[in-house]
Amino acid sequence: MTHGATLETRSLVRIALFAALMGVLGLVPPLHIPIAAGVPVTAQSLGVMLAGLILGGRDGALSVALFLLVVALGAPLLSGGRGGSGVFFQPTAGYLLGYVAGAFVTGWLATRLPGPALLRGFAAAVIGGIGIVYLIGIPVFSAIARVPVDKVLIGSLIFIPGDLLKAALAALAARSVAGRTGPR
Amino acid sequence: MMSGYLPGRSPLHRLPAGVKLAALALASIALLPAKSLPLLVFGLALVLLAYAALGRRALARLTLLRPLAPVLAFMLLLQAWAGGWTPAGLMDGIAVTVRVLLMVLLADLVTLSTALEDMMAVLERLLAPLRRFGVSPRKLALAVALVIRFVPVLLAAWRGREEAWRARSTRRPSFSLLPGFLAHTLRLADQVAEALDARGFGRHEASAPPPPKVGDEHSR
Repeated sequence: MTHGATLETRSLVRIALFAALMGVLGLVPPLHIPIAAGVPVTAQSLGVMLAGLILGGRDGALSVALFLLVVALGAPLLSGGRGGSGVFFQPTAGYLLGYVAGAFVTGWLATRLPGPALLRGFAAAVIGGIGIVYLIGIPVFSAIARVPVDKVLIGSLIFIPGDLLKAALAALAARSVAGRTGPR
Repeated sequence: MMSGYLPGRSPLHRLPAGVKLAALALASIALLPAKSLPLLVFGLALVLLAYAALGRRALARLTLLRPLAPVLAFMLLLQAWAGGWTPAGLMDGIAVTVRVLLMVLLADLVTLSTALEDMMAVLERLLAPLRRFGVSPRKLALAVALVIRFVPVLLAAWRGREEAWRARSTRRPSFSLLPGFLAHTLRLADQVAEALDARGFGRHEASAPPPPKVGDEHSR
């Protein structure tokens, strides 16, 4: 018997298990961050950044897309136990779709930006996991809720500090994992 | 726990999954221009009646909409602001909110009356034309099954780590559990991939270069 699995099977299973991990991050209680005075952070969008940073752009995006597909099929895996195709009729549907592109851009940038790895990961998670997600999420919210884009944009600003914190955590965690399992 | 499906024998349950999904798509298009609040409220009442007809467990599902409440409140606030805080603007905002709620409830009605396998069968039929572009329904079905199988596995692994943390510390479980958990997930993924290939899953690519050895991840 040969040792190890073919690369294709390996990436398929990693994609699937990271999709499952995103579900787990939506089911467990919010994480507490000691450095930020115990501010609770719902971890699902953290999972999006992690998928991009750890699996890379293509596989990270596929993993998020697979997660959303399983949710659409009826699995109650979104934060708060929501699932089913109803989540794609909510005003926040655009952010979910933005997660796919966000994971891709995060992974793509993480290997191409200059600078030390930790900073690179943070910048990639900020641009992909926040910038791209909002770029798609805000116009969709505006269309479904029938509110002008600029008002949604201003309303979204209150989520930026939490998202920046998540990007930092994602970069730290991805760096730490790379240290444990060898360079990728 | 892993599915929003409520087993039952109602007329809605017996409708083919494809018909229900097509009807849902049509309803979403038909409701898009709807602005009349009385009409939307009437629709909402009809859908709630359908939930009531499906029984107490279906009605209990409505509590799952609680996470939606802050989103709808946020939306209503933005609409009132965009409408210049006038009563007319507020009424428009309420109409849009009712429309969103109506669509979500309709979609949930399909979810709770359709088994996950039936949804998957519709999906595979829809994806069949993409086969010539290299999309493999077999792989997709496997990936979906893996996600559903491994959510409880990973959840148990996470809870185990939380318990171990509590045994050592009086503080709440923190972010520091995450890297170890991620590394565990990656190791598990590689073991599952090996097990799949050992059962002949990746055999069709026998011409691929030899994969890296176990425990030799540094070779990449």
